[in-house]
This record gives sequence, C-alpha cells and structure tokens, in this order.
Amino acid sequence: MAMIEERGAVDVAVDVIIYLVLGLLALMCLVPFVHLAAVSLSATTPVATNQVWLWPVGFNADNYLYIFRSDRTFLGCMLTSVERVLVGVSFGLLVSIITAYPLSRDNIHMPGRVAIKTLIIFGMMFNAGFIPYFLSLRNLGLLDKFAVLILPGAFNVFNTILIMNYFRGLPNEIYESAVLDGASHLQVLFRVFLPVSQPVLATVTLFSTVSHWNSWFDGFVFLRHVDQWPLQSYLYGRVILKQIEQMAAREAAHGTVSAGLSEISPEALSNAMVFVTMVPIMLVYPFLQRYFVTGLTLGAVKE
Amino acid sequence: MTGTTPLAPVTLAVPKAAKAASKSFRVVLQQHWLLYVMLLPALALLAVFSYYPLWGLRLAFVKYEGVGRIADAPWIGWGNFARFFGGPYAARVIGNTLFIAIGKIILGQMAAITIALLINEVRYQGYKRTIQTISTFPHFLSWIIIGATMVRLLSTVGPLNRAFDAIGLPKVRFLASASTFPWTLISLDIWKGMGFGAIIYLAALMGINPELYEAATVDGAGRFKRLWHISLPGIFSTIALMACLNLGSILNAGFEQVLVLYNPVVYKTGDIIDTYIFREGYLGNEFALGTAVGLFKSAIGFGLIMLSYWLADRFANYRIF
Repeated sequence: MAMIEERGAVDVAVDVIIYLVLGLLALMCLVPFVHLAAVSLSATTPVATNQVWLWPVGFNADNYLYIFRSDRTFLGCMLTSVERVLVGVSFGLLVSIITAYPLSRDNIHMPGRVAIKTLIIFGMMFNAGFIPYFLSLRNLGLLDKFAVLILPGAFNVFNTILIMNYFRGLPNEIYESAVLDGASHLQVLFRVFLPVSQPVLATVTLFSTVSHWNSWFDGFVFLRHVDQWPLQSYLYGRVILKQIEQMAAREAAHGTVSAGLSEISPEALSNAMVFVTMVPIMLVYPFLQRYFVTGLTLGAVKE
Repeated sequence: MTGTTPLAPVTLAVPKAAKAASKSFRVVLQQHWLLYVMLLPALALLAVFSYYPLWGLRLAFVKYEGVGRIADAPWIGWGNFARFFGGPYAARVIGNTLFIAIGKIILGQMAAITIALLINEVRYQGYKRTIQTISTFPHFLSWIIIGATMVRLLSTVGPLNRAFDAIGLPKVRFLASASTFPWTLISLDIWKGMGFGAIIYLAALMGINPELYEAATVDGAGRFKRLWHISLPGIFSTIALMACLNLGSILNAGFEQVLVLYNPVVYKTGDIIDTYIFREGYLGNEFALGTAVGLFKSAIGFGLIMLSYWLADRFANYRIF
C-alpha cells in the first residue's frame, strides 16, 4: 500500500496546477459580484472616476438607504416579486403534484392515458411562438393582471415528470396497503405519498422559487404599468434600458425623494439594486445545493 | 412453494389480463374517476396556454398591418414567409442563431466536462466543495443580474479593460463590436453555466467503480492513463446523452441573454431569430410576419426535439415519460 501512496514530483506538480486552475475559475465566478458590491458601497467620486476595484472606496451606504427609504417603486416591485414567488410556487406545486399522481399509477388501466401523455408532450415541445401567445393572453383578458405571472407557467411539465418519477419509485407496498385500508386516491396522495416525498418536493419548490424570482420578461411585456412589475422587470427597465433612471433622476433633482442622502450616483445605485435583488438567491442557495442532483435526474433510464 | 406450480397461475393470468384490458370505460370511471379529475387542472392549463395559442398561427398566413380585426385580415398563403426569406434578414438571423447556439453547446459542454474531470482529481473534500459551490452559483442568477454586472465590468472604461490597459493589451469592445459580440455571448454563457453543467458529469464520475482506479494504479497506470482509460469511458454515455439532448436546442441561442446585452451596433452578428421576432414583429407591429418567423422556428425546433429525444432513447436508453 505504501508503494502506491508514494507520489512522484510530477504528480504533485499536476495537483498544484489543477488546484490553481480550479481556484482561478472559482475566482472568476466570484469577482464580478464582489466588484458589484464594492461599487454599490462606494462614494460618488471614486465611482465616477473608476477607482473602485474589489473594495469600497470612501465607504457609503446612501445608495441602499435611498432604495429602502425613498424608492417606492423598487419596494413595490419587490413586494410583487415576493407575492409572485409565494403564489406561483404553491399553485404550481399543487398542479404538478395532482397531475403527477395519476400519471405515476402505471398499474391502473386508464383509457386515454396515452392520449393525455401525448397531449402533454406535444404541448411542451411545440409552441405557437411569441406573437400568437401574446395575442392569446390579450384575448383571455390576462394582460395587465397579476395572474399573467402565475397561470401561464403553472403547469410545468418538467416538475411534473420529476414528481411522477419519484412517486413511481416509492415502494408499491405502501400504495397497496393504503388502498386495502380503503384510502381514496386523494388520501393516498396527500396522506401517504406526500409525507415521504420531501426530497422531490423540496427540489421542485426551490427550483421554481428561483425561476419565479428571476422571471422578468413576462412582467415587462404583459404588464403595462411599472408599478405592477416584479423586481427583475423593473431592473430591466431601470438598469439595462435606463428608461426609468431618467425619471428617478428628475425626482432626485426636485429634492423630494432623496432628502439627506447626498452620496448617490446612478451607477452605484444601480449596482445596489442589483445586489439587493441577488440576496434572496444567495439565501436559498445553500438549500438549493443539496438538491442539485435530484433536479438533474429528470429522465428515467430504461432497464 | 415448489418450482413447478408458478406456471399454472401465469397461464390463468392471461385471459384475466385480456379481460381487464377490455373492461369498459364506465367501470374504470367508477373505480378511478378521481384520477381523471386530478388531471383536469393541468389539461385545462394546457388547453388554454399551449393549444389555444396555436389557433393564432393562422396569422402567419394573412396580411395584417396592425389595424383592424385579425379575423378580417385577407388570406395570403405563404406571403409572409416569402417576405422573410426573400428579405435580407433571414440569412442573418438564422446564421447568428445557429452560430451562437452551437458555439454555446459545444464549448459549454467541453468546459463542463473539463471542470468535472479536474474537480474529480481533487482529493481534499473541502476544496472540492468550495469550488463547486462558487462555480455553480451564477447559474441561478437571471440574465438581468448578470447583464447589469457585466455591462459595467466589460465596458471600455470598465475594470477588465483597465486591467488590459495596465498590462499593455489593447482595449476590447466586448459588447459594442460586431465581431466580438457573439464570442462575448458564448463566453458569458459558459461562465454562467459551466459549474452547473459539470454536476451531471461529476455524478457520472462518482458512479465509476473505485476498484477500477485501484486496479489500474496497481498495474502502474499513471494519472493520465487512468483519466483516459477509466474516467473518460466512464462518462462517455453521459456525454453522448447530453449531445443528443442538446441537439434539440440549436435554434435557442438564448433570447433573454441577447435581449439584455445587445444593441443596434451588434445586430449584424448578435440578432437572433427570437430577438428579431420580438423587435420587428412585436415592437414593430409586424404581427403577421413575426408569427410566420415564429412558426418557422417552432416547426424546425419541434423536428429537432423529436430527433434529439429519439436519439437519446435509441443510444442512451433515456426517456422522459
């Protein structure tokens, strides 16, 4: 054994290189956000003259104070995002669960099962394209309504398949004994299956939380008024398109909203907003990490 | 139970099964009606948000200029398609889409495989976990956040170009030069997704029997030999599977990413089918043309996805349903 453990100089050198390369890659993923945070916490002049690297220059938290004290729109959009996550995730989860259950009961002869599966798969694979989709939502009267952020994506095929496969993997005995005890399908699902499905439910909850929090295009296109937008749509308008920024600058010039906050620069303020938007993702990330692999093993490999 | 008896029930079971299959729909409904009820919400959502929009596809075949009722618009057959393919933009946006998407797929997979193999060589668990934690993180951020972070970082006066300047390299206009822009898109996509992409390969690497490595080491195989003869063959089926599945997305060059990062200066190389539909069709009020281009993309995309799932089933035994 000692012979095998003994390592040559070349091997150690290769190890060092591997560790360095990976460390560098990780730094590349981290540094942009450190820079973002550093700028958001810096004073106006160092930001304007590009002096900030990875540490705040002339530390100042006015940008954050401005966001939380004076930017009503930002706070309103943030609230919309929170609402969207809560409603969207729970409704989506419910739909996925009650759809996954019948599809997972392969042993029950269900006429039309194949047709239903085909409808689901075709609906997932073929889409009408953006314009017919937009017109449909308009015809349905969903434009400018909060529901447009929830309903269209509520039935998520991937989440459903994930849960379906999990139900299929549960030992058949627990299903059969529940049925023998006279449990209805709803009872089997909610009293027997769900309590033992925590890993897959956590996976779906976490992934759809992230996806609802990150969605911005639907809000931006389907909702006309900025006040209705989720946070990331607001960031698109304000930080990327810089349309709303001018509006805010005008407000600031009138001296009404930023009373007492002198060290605000548009750039640092944008960065502060982006950073605040990142925080919820950072908070769920540790939990998310535990379920990566569950989320990836979507398809079933045939025996 | 003796070894001879099982035969009898099996032969008996055949007519039983046949009888079960011919059971009338009414009986099934009586016993399992709840199963159908449970499928209703999903089917309703599917009908409204996936199938109802298909009706709007008729717009692709009419002449509509944004005024009046769509239902009254005159039928012109393939006219909108002819306009798109006869115009100067078809080749450009299709070419850009393919270039960007294929670039992302090939280079992205190579990056993910490389990182997985490198991480697999790390013995110190704490380091391994730290690297994975950090490199996977950007995957979970939206292109809004990444875009807002990167636009500043990559601007001509941004930190990256200042660093280039300091070591005597020329300035790079990452986001404002038509020749660089597609590569910026591809690089940022790889940067965002490589850590997450590596997970599936790492899972495959974990699945390799450690005895194989031990045996190879005893036989005197060095690190590269083990990598070449054990690790790579061990993840080959995963590589093949991902290649099949990715085939389905070669028309998806990343709508949100491009929309966040592009500008008129880089339309020549950065405008993709999806952004073209959104800008010219939706914002430009060319609904009929936009629908036609969308239908073209959906039809080809559908064929590609079917093909990719068929290949995945055929070569990797992979099925989603």
